[in-house]
Amino acid sequence: MVDFVVHDEGDSVGVVVVEGVKAGDEISGWVMDQDVDIKFKAVSDIPIGHKLAIKLMKVGDTVIKYSTDIGKVVADIGIGEHVHVHNIKTKRW
Amino acid sequence: MYEDLSTATFSGYRRENGRVGVRNHVIILPVDDLSNAACEAVANNISGVMALPHPYGRLQFGEDLELHFRTLIGTGANPNVAAVVVIGIENGWTQRIVEGIAATGKPVTGFGIEQHGDHETIMEASKVAKEYVQWASERVREEAPLSELWISTKCGESDTTSGCGSNPTVGNAFDKMYPHGATLLFGETSEVTGGEHLVAARCRNDEVRERFMFMFNRYQDMINRHKTSDLSDSQPTKGNIEGGLSTIEEKALGNVQKIGKECLVDGVLDKAEAPTGPGLWFMDSSSAAAEMVTLAAAAGYVAHFFPTGQGNIIGNPIIPVIKICANPRTLRTMGEHVDVDVSGLLRKEMSPSDAGDKLLESMFRTVNGRLTAAEALGHREFVLTRLYESA
Repeated sequence: MVDFVVHDEGDSVGVVVVEGVKAGDEISGWVMDQDVDIKFKAVSDIPIGHKLAIKLMKVGDTVIKYSTDIGKVVADIGIGEHVHVHNIKTKRW
Repeated sequence: MYEDLSTATFSGYRRENGRVGVRNHVIILPVDDLSNAACEAVANNISGVMALPHPYGRLQFGEDLELHFRTLIGTGANPNVAAVVVIGIENGWTQRIVEGIAATGKPVTGFGIEQHGDHETIMEASKVAKEYVQWASERVREEAPLSELWISTKCGESDTTSGCGSNPTVGNAFDKMYPHGATLLFGETSEVTGGEHLVAARCRNDEVRERFMFMFNRYQDMINRHKTSDLSDSQPTKGNIEGGLSTIEEKALGNVQKIGKECLVDGVLDKAEAPTGPGLWFMDSSSAAAEMVTLAAAAGYVAHFFPTGQGNIIGNPIIPVIKICANPRTLRTMGEHVDVDVSGLLRKEMSPSDAGDKLLESMFRTVNGRLTAAEALGHREFVLTRLYESA
């Protein structure tokens, strides 16, 4: 069972690919590039398609996905938390 | 790997200029907004023809007008179109479009409404349309190699599943078709923001790279002149954000998965400009779905790969749009819009190569004649790109 996927082991976030992930759930992840299985505990409710943090992030940090910069952290993020427009922002516009 | 792509053929309509189409439309093409009513009346009179109404074509000038002509001429010239009736309010611009389409050698006739009125124009145009559709009905498909197939791609209502599912599926199919001389296209200039370095690195040579960066920077300059925070929820869109995409960079990195891992960017096109050879081309274009697909069709592409996450429902009047989706919720709630389900990628039940093969199988069936979901559902979004205000 894959509950979330991670593009690369260096990424700071994974993507939930099932519906109904709730705070407190133990969820199974798949790191696609390295083909490794991992487990995390969700600390927020996370809708399908939304991201969870798999690394601790502080304000000003760069968020990494696809091994690449996808924006900056604007509110501290704990491991297993929902990562979205409330705590990360583009560096471009 | 898909079996024997080197010898794979598809069955299409060879047109007078040698290009091969996969549909056999007779279209009634308005030059301008004023001529929509007459075009729709002709399409009502004659079975099997299609009007392509649109809101523009008056008082445009300069580059914006040139793009209007290029888009309408390219649409008529597309090999999916057997014959064309053009109707405009006056003869001058009508004839310019007729002559542009006539260069392909296909049947085309124009009508100006002034000094005739709608009634006479509709009657005369209907007579020609009837002859064209009967003639077109006797065109027959013939076998052609993959090197004669032109396929474009653009994604829409993307979410995070696009980047790990449906977009890499297109990338895998592109990587497999590219060595066999297919002519491929991607674009969406604003939507490579954050991944522009990855596209630049894939350009065949410095000349192509410079042209790509010129187009990229030109679009960024336009955005910077008008920009608002996150472009007013247009990049990413509200639907993208609902689907979990947080920033333009994240969206772009998912977007560029569509060009695969191996094929090179062989050239750069302006909007609605036709490529001059096989390979993968980048077209400077809007990221709005119907605008980009309309520009791709005007450039001569005959079928389109459209990956979606949250469920964009777009079609095009003249080219089949094949929808690919990996999001299980979208497949459950609006599966009637999806042609290729690759949700197995996210469950480790399917490899990227399996997904690419599934798309290629759908592509061959579609270009050989099977209607896409969008065609069956009647989606015919024909949207012209404007560069600036009318005079």
